[in-house]
Amino acid sequence: MIESKFHENSCRQECCGLCCTKIENFGVTIGSTVILENVNLHIHCGELTAIIGPNGAGKSTLIKALLGEMPHSGSLKFVQSDDDILKAPVMGYVPQSINLDISSPTTVLDLFLASRSKYPAWLIRSKKEIARVNERLAKVRAEHLISRRIGALSGGELQRVLLALALDPVPEILLLDEPVSGIDQNGLELFYETVSDIRKAYDLSIILVSHDMDMVRKYADRVVLLNKTVLKTGLPDEVLGSDVFYDTFSLKWQKENRSKGGEAI
Amino acid sequence: MSWWYKLLEVLPFEWAEEGRMIFMKNALLAVILLSPVFALLGTMIVNNGMAFFSDALGHGAFTGVAIGGILGFVQPMGSAVIFSAVFAFLVAVIKNRGKMASDTIIGVFSSTAIALGIFLATLDGKSFARLNSYLIGDILSITPEEIGFLAIVLAIVIVFWLFIFNKLLLVSINPSLAGSRGIRTFWYEVVFSCVVAVIVTVSMSWIGLLVINSFLVLPAAAARNVARNQRQYHFLAVAFSLISGITGLILSYSFETATGSTIILISSVIFFFTYFFRKRFA
Repeated sequence: MIESKFHENSCRQECCGLCCTKIENFGVTIGSTVILENVNLHIHCGELTAIIGPNGAGKSTLIKALLGEMPHSGSLKFVQSDDDILKAPVMGYVPQSINLDISSPTTVLDLFLASRSKYPAWLIRSKKEIARVNERLAKVRAEHLISRRIGALSGGELQRVLLALALDPVPEILLLDEPVSGIDQNGLELFYETVSDIRKAYDLSIILVSHDMDMVRKYADRVVLLNKTVLKTGLPDEVLGSDVFYDTFSLKWQKENRSKGGEAI
Repeated sequence: MSWWYKLLEVLPFEWAEEGRMIFMKNALLAVILLSPVFALLGTMIVNNGMAFFSDALGHGAFTGVAIGGILGFVQPMGSAVIFSAVFAFLVAVIKNRGKMASDTIIGVFSSTAIALGIFLATLDGKSFARLNSYLIGDILSITPEEIGFLAIVLAIVIVFWLFIFNKLLLVSINPSLAGSRGIRTFWYEVVFSCVVAVIVTVSMSWIGLLVINSFLVLPAAAARNVARNQRQYHFLAVAFSLISGITGLILSYSFETATGSTIILISSVIFFFTYFFRKRFA
């Protein structure tokens, strides 16, 4: 249904300012520990916004709060381009790590059917649904994985499958929590390429928690530096070259090196 | 029930002859009804790593029976069902709230329940012996009316199960992922726990508290050894459960042993067999 409303590339050029997600005054407190406070962000459609920050900065917490899984203060407002009505956006989510029972007899097809089909995934598998799953997997170059067990996938394969799942139905906001480890460089590159394709093909906001600054520099449209609150937002080069970035990551040596005209990380 | 007795006459067993051993024929029908439902629920229990939890549910059910006895019900089933559903709900809530390891929580609840059950059952110096049937179980004592009641409960469980299976599977794979797709994970867990609690309670007096958990877990565990997708997993679990149920009942007649335990022994044999051959299938 969303697909019919949004046509491909409908707002790449001009309307991105109209369709956006506003995160206002977000805060998360667990017990007496403040994890996030005063987080204010504008996320535009058709853009890939990368969230970076040191360990314990609250990146994954922000994602969980956006998903509504964690109690938080502040609000999430989603404004669509064709009207001004605020509504709850359709969310897609790719978790950081999923503790899979590797012996689980659940295939990629089972996973999709369980998410999409009206009928029990083990009992009824319609040809139409299977064709649909194949089509979805092809979008992330994973169609060969359909009857593999999810416990037998590599980190990169699993992540692409989960990405395909998050895109079905096509969400308005796609939340990606990149795994810290377990994915090789090729897998990572392929993942970012796929995400980048998706951003161009559909008109959706992508929020990506990332740990790989090279990938961020290469693929992100905007970068948010987070550590309890938003320290800096802007274009990748602006944020990754800023003093506050070096201070946050305690990269004193690189900072001095950079001022002497050396290469930044 | 006469159609069923008639049908069984084709079997080459002495108890299957016309007019003989009605209790055996009743028991066989009960086993055929119970096995698939237990196997289906068991698949999800194994998915979720809830084997210990379902064991605790049996203990809760036992306490329910004891409370029912105190309150003076002739058939303490009603109070047992209510108590074990409440028990399942409480464990699920506390498990969800707390930071304590869930096996610790379940252990605490389970021991409390069984202690309370025994305490109540032996109050005023009563003998525990009259409750032995709940521990060992006696499927041969099942009456046609009880089979009718069982069939209704099982039909409800199956319909229910078909509706919530997909959601439960997603929750078992990853709660956050399920949550992002609009599934209220906690409530699905609660509903599933209550369904298992009800089924365990209702069947306890026929299968026996001591082995009922194996009835849930073993067929699914065996199927998991060899299944490569959800469809195989479910069909194999049901098949293993039926095979062990039926052969267990027949063997218990020959050996004059308790039926529940005989069934479980057959399931264990299937489990170990599939376990040792699992590499051939995987």
